[in-house]
Amino acid sequence: MHAESEIRDPLILGKKTYHQISEDIVKPIEGKATKQWYMLLTLATICFLWGIGCLCYTIGTGIGVWGSNNGVDWAWDITNFVWWIGIGHAGTLISAVLLLFRQKWRMAINRSAEAMTIFAVMCAAIFVTLHTGRPWLDYWLFPLPNQFGSLWVNFNSPLLWDVFAVSTYFSVSLVFWYTGLVPDFAMIRDRAVKPFAKKMYTLLSMGWGGSARHWSRFEEVSLVLAGLSTPLVFSVHSIVSMDFATSVVPGWHTTIFPPYFVAGAVFSGFAMVLTLLLIMRKVYHLENYITIKHIEYMNIIIIVTGSIVGVAYLTELFISWYSGVEYEQYAFLNRATGPYWWAYAAMMTCNVVSPQVFWVKKLRTNLAFTFVMSIVVNIGMWFERFVIIVPTLCRTFVPSTWNMYHPTFIDIGIFTGTIGMFFTFFLLFTRYFPVIAQAELKSIVKSSGQEHKDLAKHHAH
Amino acid sequence: MSNVTIHAIFDDEVPLLASAKTLRSNGVRIKDVFSPFPVHGLDAAIGLPRTWIAITAFIYGITGTCLATLMMWYMMIHDWPTDIGGKPSMAYFMNVPAFIPITFESTVLCAAHGMAITFYLRCWLVPGAKPKNPDPRTTDDKFMMVIELKEENRSNVESMLRKDGAIEINNNNFKYRN
Repeated sequence: MHAESEIRDPLILGKKTYHQISEDIVKPIEGKATKQWYMLLTLATICFLWGIGCLCYTIGTGIGVWGSNNGVDWAWDITNFVWWIGIGHAGTLISAVLLLFRQKWRMAINRSAEAMTIFAVMCAAIFVTLHTGRPWLDYWLFPLPNQFGSLWVNFNSPLLWDVFAVSTYFSVSLVFWYTGLVPDFAMIRDRAVKPFAKKMYTLLSMGWGGSARHWSRFEEVSLVLAGLSTPLVFSVHSIVSMDFATSVVPGWHTTIFPPYFVAGAVFSGFAMVLTLLLIMRKVYHLENYITIKHIEYMNIIIIVTGSIVGVAYLTELFISWYSGVEYEQYAFLNRATGPYWWAYAAMMTCNVVSPQVFWVKKLRTNLAFTFVMSIVVNIGMWFERFVIIVPTLCRTFVPSTWNMYHPTFIDIGIFTGTIGMFFTFFLLFTRYFPVIAQAELKSIVKSSGQEHKDLAKHHAH
Repeated sequence: MSNVTIHAIFDDEVPLLASAKTLRSNGVRIKDVFSPFPVHGLDAAIGLPRTWIAITAFIYGITGTCLATLMMWYMMIHDWPTDIGGKPSMAYFMNVPAFIPITFESTVLCAAHGMAITFYLRCWLVPGAKPKNPDPRTTDDKFMMVIELKEENRSNVESMLRKDGAIEINNNNFKYRN
């Protein structure tokens, strides 16, 4: 067994036997759903349905119903796409990067973070499929043999790299998530009493039995998938940033974009994980598994990535001045002082200034404060994408194309719809799926559980 | 003498590991162990060979690299070379920087999915498969050792198991698959 210093804070509080962990994790699934759960689900579903309505209207009429116009041809669609994809990144980061670094605190949060990744990438996919204008022809994005004079897709284009990156990312994340779920589904199956539940979990667990051979393959598969997902997650947001960086638009054509986008993605993703987990731990009484220490670790990542993002903003400003290129200089001056100065100010406040308060230990271990901050960060990161896209496009090279962008209610409706879809799926996930990777968690009870830590301390003295 | 299979149940992984070591040093073959979570050091204790599954991932990955290279060479260089933005598609090596992202994605795609499919099939984890653990408690908090032995050794092995902390010893009435 892996030895761990007793002065490290325990990751599982209270006296937990293996059976107690099973009980605690299964409770939300076997118990009755609460009134709040139904209320939240209703609210989320209404938003989701509203979004579907706006989506159908867009498909039926065309993307002219959006606020995008001849100058600002990318607006909320790509802002929302990048925002959702970014949120997705924390899930893979937690389950893959933290697995490679052997961070045990990931075990309490990886399952829900991975679920979040999958739902967020689904939301992002809605925007990219819609923004092509004729989504029923989206299969043209794939290199399929065709009758247009064997005209192939352009492999030199970052837009095509994006197609490959996002679809690979989605499918690999899905497999990673599901593989981890299989042993937990088996645990639920083996204790299910209701015949329908038994049948469903038998189907989902696909016959898992937990034999030593299977566990050894399972662990190898998890490790290799983590090793593959780590460069994958960095590549995906790098490629998303190249959609901008390989263009010749001032303010976009910068080499800092890939690392800056990846840091921003991790930043917003962790904020979303915090938003979700702070509610979940309370509602499902998981305070012993998702402890204040877990929250603190995540807040520390928020400070680190928030500071990287801050440095990137300042570097951009410095380089635009230092480059001596007047178009570049104007692009940044326009962002900060132009018609959308308020978006820039919101971005700077939410992303650069606000996370710095987490240097204070009292604040980063305060749950209510963390919850508010997690939402502030997500608003800030949405504004970051908006600032990159809209203020840049509304003031390009030719002043005759300059115009303002205003979202229509359809733009707002589809965005609201994706938020509704995200929460609908997440609420269903917390109700029917094991929200904590209990099999993994059981393996650290002896090294990181409070009871065993106290015992070790006692022996040392 | 005929062979029998017995199931020894433990309620913790520490006696399980100790018992596995005792049995192995006494020449008893441990057929399998069912546990609620991966027990570290168990593979060595029961003499499991290291899995080859990571090597298959490498092979699938290389296949993905080759497929992507072949696809992009065929479509962009061989079948319909086009001049995009003043950058003509003359030869593969001249265009290769632009092809790196998709080559990488394809490598990861094939390695991850190939390995996952191999894992699911090799363990026969497929929709509709019957649960493979003989005792449902082993996904919760019990650990079960499956031992195949000769009838004459049975009492000897059972006393070793009890001494190391087995809480139950049962006869096998489960039909093992795969």
